[in-house]
Amino acid sequence: MRALAFAVIALMHASAAWGQGLASMSEGWVFQEQGGEALYAHVCAACHQPDGRGAVGAGAYPALVDDKNVASATYVMNLLLNGQRAMPAVGQMMSDAQTADVINYVRARFGDVSGDEVSAADVKAARPAAP
Amino acid sequence: MNEHPSLSRRHLLSLIGAAAGGSAMYQAMTSLGLAAESTYMGPIRLDGDPRGASVVILGAGLAGMTAAIELGRAGYKVQILEYNTRPGGRNWSIRGGDVCTELGGATQTCVFDEGLYLNPGPWRIPYHHHAILDYCRRFGVALEPFIQLNHNAWLHSTHAFDGKPQRIREIKADFEGAVAELLAKATRKGALDEAVSKEDQEILIAALREHGGLDGDLRYRMSDESAEYRGYAKDAGGGLNAKPVNSEPIGLHDLLTSRLWRSLANFSLYDFQTTMFQPVGGMGRIGEAFARQLPGVIRYGAKVTAIWQDGRGVTVAYQDIASGAPREVQADWCVCALPLSILSQIPLQVSAPMKSAIDAVPYASVVKTGLQFKRRFWEEDEHIFGGISYTNLPIRQISYPSTGYNSGGKGVLLGGYTWDGPNAYELTAMSPAERIQVSLDCGAQIHPQYKADFETGVSVAWHRVPFTLGCAGEWSDAARRDHYDNLCQIDGRIVLAGEHASYIPAWQEGAILSALDAITRLHARVLAN
Repeated sequence: MRALAFAVIALMHASAAWGQGLASMSEGWVFQEQGGEALYAHVCAACHQPDGRGAVGAGAYPALVDDKNVASATYVMNLLLNGQRAMPAVGQMMSDAQTADVINYVRARFGDVSGDEVSAADVKAARPAAP
Repeated sequence: MNEHPSLSRRHLLSLIGAAAGGSAMYQAMTSLGLAAESTYMGPIRLDGDPRGASVVILGAGLAGMTAAIELGRAGYKVQILEYNTRPGGRNWSIRGGDVCTELGGATQTCVFDEGLYLNPGPWRIPYHHHAILDYCRRFGVALEPFIQLNHNAWLHSTHAFDGKPQRIREIKADFEGAVAELLAKATRKGALDEAVSKEDQEILIAALREHGGLDGDLRYRMSDESAEYRGYAKDAGGGLNAKPVNSEPIGLHDLLTSRLWRSLANFSLYDFQTTMFQPVGGMGRIGEAFARQLPGVIRYGAKVTAIWQDGRGVTVAYQDIASGAPREVQADWCVCALPLSILSQIPLQVSAPMKSAIDAVPYASVVKTGLQFKRRFWEEDEHIFGGISYTNLPIRQISYPSTGYNSGGKGVLLGGYTWDGPNAYELTAMSPAERIQVSLDCGAQIHPQYKADFETGVSVAWHRVPFTLGCAGEWSDAARRDHYDNLCQIDGRIVLAGEHASYIPAWQEGAILSALDAITRLHARVLAN
């Protein structure tokens, strides 16, 4: 509890010290954003784009829109926790709850999946053991 | 070094030493890789006639161009397919007039003044990266020192000293001085009696006193001795009132809890030790120089779409980006120097183990931002000539140009270099203009002059770079153990090269050494066929 209180104070201190425009940026190695929408906008959208339509260059970031795989909770959870090909395992920089939130957000927005949500406990169970 | 298979390397060295004297021996030791521990053995020799064999090389970065240059010299027919309309790949400088469109569609037109640039990718060369240094010498790329450690640059944390930046010189001197004092006192008290002999303890104490700037009582405090390291509250002058005034060290508790000591490793690690170099005029000068060795060899604007092979040769399908037309090229062999972030998406006919290896390497998220200022305030106001300031802010560091010192006029700072972690993704998800704004907001906490003197910027987020979709391969130990050798094997008629196929990832030296190793093995295979 004491450690948690300290962490919260440190976080507030960071946001205040970093100035208005920086307030939304994380400190340390865990994303500070909360909720699926914010996590998508500040993490996933970097590559898959804000509209989820992906991007094409010498290679491509797959569009999430209309991607049948996105309907599968297991598929999306595996991507976040283990990465795939060049995609880093961004779920390693999120808590179980954050990971569940962004999985549910992506599935609801792009996979048109209602109900059947992933929980933090599901993520915890699927998370690979630390090396 | 197969020319003397019957001689051990050490035996060879002793012969050289006996015949030519010590300096020749040292030179030979260096080029043979004993004194300096590099695996680069000097210009590659591919003896034997390849009898007109052809090689298609994919990617005109330093790995692909190294392979093309050396195979061409050995008698192979070579051609390169390159996605971009310029050579170099990640060896790249953005200058005034350059236009960059990133994935997502944002386009930046760089309006830096003449001679100013940002190196979005590699930007410094360690003295022990012998291969790239040798190629720079052979191809006439002028180098100048890159300043990694500037004692007068800043260490900054929003959690330390009320956010007030501290001079590297002071943190470094105070940390080393405080440690020296503790160790000297512990030695005096007999705490090291079991580990160090009495005679050696006296030497140790003398060394700590000298190295740490301790006074006659083995204390690190405000004194003539400590000021020689940490500097002065008032520097020495001339004439009247010229006597220097010593400065007060930071207390041990404040020093430790500031965590600023964590940045000191950036000046001690092997990769960052002085002397480091940069090409005069930007890192991109190296890629340009390599390309001059390859007239007519590089086909630009070619997007590779498939690679397959049979017992007789390799076929590469590509799209001519300008016309959209599909094309094919055939060759006897293929050196594929595409980043794995790209290659893992291309239909490729190789063995399952190599394919697994190609799919096993995530790519780093990295963001760099260049900021042009109308005056070199870091030099004029703060006496910072080159070097790097480190901070816990999302920009992580500010690097001052290692060129054009004390010349007045404008300059471009590296206003942010963020490698992995949440901030790299958050920055990548922003527009270039937003990234530049973050760099300004962060930098202004260290240099208030940012607000008045900023002119223009350019920002590169490597996950949005169309030709790589990421910065560099990040091998985990487990992935290396399971996949690295499979990645580097010659698979039928295809061999891979690039920084990802090296133990020096994300460095140009790794790309070149990987290419030299790949073509050495390929050449042996060709001669054996």
